[in-house]
Amino acid sequence: MQVEGYKPLIVAFCCNWCSYAGADLAGNNRLAYPADVKIIRVPCSCRVNPMFVLRAFQRGADGVILCGCHPGDCHYTSGNFYTRRRMAMLFSMLDYLGIERERTRVEWVSAAEGAKFAATMNDFAQTVAKLGENKRLEDLRCKQ
Amino acid sequence: MQTVTRDALIDRAVSLLSDGTVDTVLGWRKGLFDYDVTPSTFKTVEDLRENLQWDDHCGANFSKYLIAQTKKTESKVLVFLKPCDTYSFNQLLTEHRFDREKAYAIGIPCDGMVDAEGNMLERCVNCKSKKHVAYDELIGEDGEVLESGRFDEVKWLESLTADERFKFWQDQLSKCIRCNACRDVCPACTCEKCVFDNPKSGIENKAPASSFEEQNFHIIRAFHVAGRCTDCGECSRVCPQHIPLHLLNRKHISDINKFYGEYQAGAEVGQRAPLVNHADGDVEPYEIFDGGDVNA
Ligand code: SF4
Ligand code: SF4
Repeated sequence: MQVEGYKPLIVAFCCNWCSYAGADLAGNNRLAYPADVKIIRVPCSCRVNPMFVLRAFQRGADGVILCGCHPGDCHYTSGNFYTRRRMAMLFSMLDYLGIERERTRVEWVSAAEGAKFAATMNDFAQTVAKLGENKRLEDLRCKQ
Repeated sequence: MQTVTRDALIDRAVSLLSDGTVDTVLGWRKGLFDYDVTPSTFKTVEDLRENLQWDDHCGANFSKYLIAQTKKTESKVLVFLKPCDTYSFNQLLTEHRFDREKAYAIGIPCDGMVDAEGNMLERCVNCKSKKHVAYDELIGEDGEVLESGRFDEVKWLESLTADERFKFWQDQLSKCIRCNACRDVCPACTCEKCVFDNPKSGIENKAPASSFEEQNFHIIRAFHVAGRCTDCGECSRVCPQHIPLHLLNRKHISDINKFYGEYQAGAEVGQRAPLVNHADGDVEPYEIFDGGDVNA
C-alpha cells in the first residue's frame, strides 16, 4: 500500500569509526541516498541500546538501521559482536510481537565502502517505503 | 498436596534457629485465607510454629529476598528453595548479588503450586526441573531435570502470521496496568535503579498512556532479563492481569537455545550469560528468520 509521494523516515545509527566515515565517503563521491535517512553517530554500534531503536520508532521513524564495522574490525575489538547478538534477539522479538521484520536491519559498512553505504540506504528506504508508515510501534502523541 | 510436610520444615528451621546457625528464616506466612500467603521473615521459634505455611499455595520464590536480608544480618539467613527457585539462587550468585556464606539453603521437593482459584500454575504444568541445583541440605528426595512442553506455546505463536501475532499481543499487553509487580518480583531484575524509574525517561512508573508504552515496557523488560531469566515463572504468577509474560521470556530463551546453543540460566554458578558473550560466526541479525535473509 504505497501512498503517492510517501517518503519513509529512516533512522540510521552509524558507528563513528566505520559506517559514519562510509557515509562521508558516499557524500564525497556524490553518491545519492535518500535525504530522509537521518544519521545518528554513535561511538560504536554496541552503543545502541534496544531502547534507542524503540524510541526512534516512537518518534516517527518508519525504519531503523544500524551500521557498524564488519565483525572482526571493531575499533574496540569486540563491540559489534555484542551488537550482533543483541540485535538478533531484539529483531526476533519485534517480529514475534507482529512488527514487520523488514523495518529493522543491521548492516556492516566499512569506512572504505561509500558505495555500499549508499546502496544499502537506497535499498532499505525502498523496502520500508513498500511497507508504508510505521503503525505498529507508533505513539500517537508524537505525531506531527 | 506436598510430599514434605509443614512439620518437617518447621522442625528443621526451629533447630537451626535455636542452635544459632541462622538468625532469620525466609518463609511463607499464613494469611486470612489459604491462598493469601505472604513472603516473610521469621525470627522466633514461636512465630515459626504458629505462622509458617507450607502447602500448594507457596509459589513465592525467595531467592531475590536474600539480597536484602543477607545485608541485614551478621549471621545467616535460612531460605527454603523449591527446585525452580534454586536456579534463581545460582543466577544471583553468578551476578554477585549476595554473599553465599550468609545463606543457608534448604532444598525442598515440590509437587506443583496452585493459584488463588486452585488451578495449577502454568510454570508447574510445564515444570522444567525437579532437581535442586543448589542447597546446603535437602529435605526429602531430589528429582530430575524434566522434558517439558514449555516452548510449545511459543512455537504456536511463531507459526501464526505477523498480523495474528500483533493482534494477540495487543490484546494481552493492553491489559497491563503497569503495577510493576512483574519487575519487582523477578529475581533477574535486581538493579538498584531501574530504567523504568527514571523520571527523565518519560516512561517512569505510570499506567501506559499509549500502546507504544505497553510494548516498550514489555520488550525492554524481557530484553533486560534475556539470557539471565531462569524461567522461574514468578512474573506470570504475580501479574494481576494474567498476562502470559512467560511467552515473552521463553521466546528469548528459545532464540538463545537456537542461535547460541542450549543454555539454562542458573544451572551452574559462574556461567557466562549469552548476551555478554560472543563467538566467531554468530548468526547475523538478517539471517535469523526461517527462510534465510529477510533483506534479500
Ligand atoms: S505484573 Fe502484569 S499488570 Fe503489572 S506491570 Fe507486569 S505485566 Fe503489567
Ligand atoms: S523474567 Fe519472570 S520467569 Fe524470568 S527470572 Fe524474572 S520472574 Fe522469573
